[in-house]
Amino acid sequence: MGPLSSGIGKLYGRRGWAALGACAAILFVLFPLANLALPKGSPFYISDYTVALTGKIMSYAIVAVAMDLIWGYTGILSLGHGLFFALGGYAMGMYLMRMIGREGQYRSELPDFMVFLDWKAYPWYWSFTDQFWYAALLVVLAPGLLAFVFGFFAFRSRIKGVYFSIITQALTFAFMLLFFRNDTGFGGNNGFTDFKRIAGFPIATSETRMALFMLTGATLVISLLFARYIVTSKFGRVLTAIRDAESRVMFCGYNPVHYKLVIWTASAVICGIAGALYVPQVGIINPSEMSPANSIEIAIWVAVGGRGSLVGAILGAGIVNFAKSWFTVAFPEYWLFFLGLLFILVTLFLPQGVVGAFDEVRKRLRERKPGPPERGSVA
Amino acid sequence: MNAAVVREGDAFGGGAAAGGRVLTPGLDVSHKTILYLEDISVSFDGFKALNKLSLDIDNGELRCIIGPNGAGKTTMMDVITGKTRPDSGTVFFGQTIDLTQFSEAEIAHAGIGRKFQKPTVFERHSVFENLELAMKTDKRVRASLTARLDSVQRDRIAETLALIHLAGEADRPAGLLSHGQKQWLEIGMLLMQEPRLLLLDEPVAGMTDEETERTGELCKTLAGKHSVIVVEHDMDFVAGIARKVTVLHEGSVLAEGSMAQVQNDARVIEVYLGR
Repeated sequence: MGPLSSGIGKLYGRRGWAALGACAAILFVLFPLANLALPKGSPFYISDYTVALTGKIMSYAIVAVAMDLIWGYTGILSLGHGLFFALGGYAMGMYLMRMIGREGQYRSELPDFMVFLDWKAYPWYWSFTDQFWYAALLVVLAPGLLAFVFGFFAFRSRIKGVYFSIITQALTFAFMLLFFRNDTGFGGNNGFTDFKRIAGFPIATSETRMALFMLTGATLVISLLFARYIVTSKFGRVLTAIRDAESRVMFCGYNPVHYKLVIWTASAVICGIAGALYVPQVGIINPSEMSPANSIEIAIWVAVGGRGSLVGAILGAGIVNFAKSWFTVAFPEYWLFFLGLLFILVTLFLPQGVVGAFDEVRKRLRERKPGPPERGSVA
Repeated sequence: MNAAVVREGDAFGGGAAAGGRVLTPGLDVSHKTILYLEDISVSFDGFKALNKLSLDIDNGELRCIIGPNGAGKTTMMDVITGKTRPDSGTVFFGQTIDLTQFSEAEIAHAGIGRKFQKPTVFERHSVFENLELAMKTDKRVRASLTARLDSVQRDRIAETLALIHLAGEADRPAGLLSHGQKQWLEIGMLLMQEPRLLLLDEPVAGMTDEETERTGELCKTLAGKHSVIVVEHDMDFVAGIARKVTVLHEGSVLAEGSMAQVQNDARVIEVYLGR
């Protein structure tokens, strides 16, 4: 892959790489040292709670990057991305359930909810889920295949705009109802929980949590670079062209259906991977992850951060979710009102999100400053 | 048929169409005609937009099409480019390619470029990127994931930039161009596709006199190397560039000939020029 490896260095400028390096140092050096090496009393100690919260938000940030690819860059607003996230989570959850072994309430080979339903054996679709490699495959394939099939029909029928958004919303709602049923075989409304171990390690220790945290951080960095490669390639320019003038793209000789299908499926797969990293860190997956509100929230992260900016999407996921974790403790009843207000304010006053506002401020400061003469001007 | 059939394979380059389907390799213009419309009818909710329209365009010709509003000019363009399927009739590109069988992208890939009434360029992309996206090349997903411009391609973009008088604007977002410049950019994008047939829908709408004149020059330069169909309301512009004019009325051809012939045709005067 000659053009690929030589292209990676050009993804960001020198300052961009430096900023990315600084973030990586915080994630991969500072966090592990401050959490594992420092004593609990130290003022610089980072608690397990903070590690888990940051890890969880990083997996949301991966989803935001995926959402930005399809919404910010391609102009397709999906209100069903929570579904792909949840499917990845359920695939990982199945593996984690198998890893409980006989340590459940009923000391059975089967998960508790199956014993409760009086099932005698695993249904066929649970086959091989005790193998990690198979679970990892499922994490990619389940959301990927669903997105591919759904996208194939939706894009081929030229379903666009609001209609597409509504259908994706209905899709995630339908899956939520399906997963709520006990007979579906995924634990009904309780979902999966009480995980004991992952890949042979006990799941609740600080060390395992830190490993999962770092794995999530690495995935976030890789997702960002992957998305950056996409949007700076000609493929990415075609995507933005589809967003701005799809019929012109067609008359240029491109088939938009293929482009949309590829980015849509890639976006869903990234969400699935994020979901698989999320579940072992929060210790539970249930159908409420597929609720329409969750998918709408994903869109809000990206809108707050700035559509069409990958860093913006990550910032948006961070800002909204840290605010949420504080708000739901301080004023639990008012969180949804606040979220709604935030969305309205951002739409009205920051149409380009936080990143857009930041750029605007920087531009104005530069104009106000007399500074060195611009090129061509006679000072 | 003709023993000395000239197959001009260069019109297809890669051969594979954007949809992955392969069009008949080569555009066959052995009978000197590049486009045949025969008995095309299209109706929308009972309104006959096109009524048994028949029209031939010669290879390399510059043809102007005029007609009052609702004469079916834009619908005709839609049929040629695959946007609208005719209820009946055939559209042949060269001797062999039945355009009614292909999608918009495939038809564009086969060598028909279209400029819309309202200029549509990619406003957020730079002028240079607009031309890059339009350039004739492999337009499938996998190719565009690793595409890098080589020096030949850069030169081609630079050439086109000069031709459409936008060399100084290459790095500006296309959305910031003036209306006339956008029209040119769109024509430039068409040229990057190396089309055999160019469809220009009102190319001088909203242009200043000077821009109109330059556009007229451009159209004349293009004819010969490409076949050009111009649909236009501006009579002075048409009179300035036209060799052969077709008048459409109520979805079919009313008259055809030189500008002078058409202007003296009694029926044309009645439905169009006389009013």
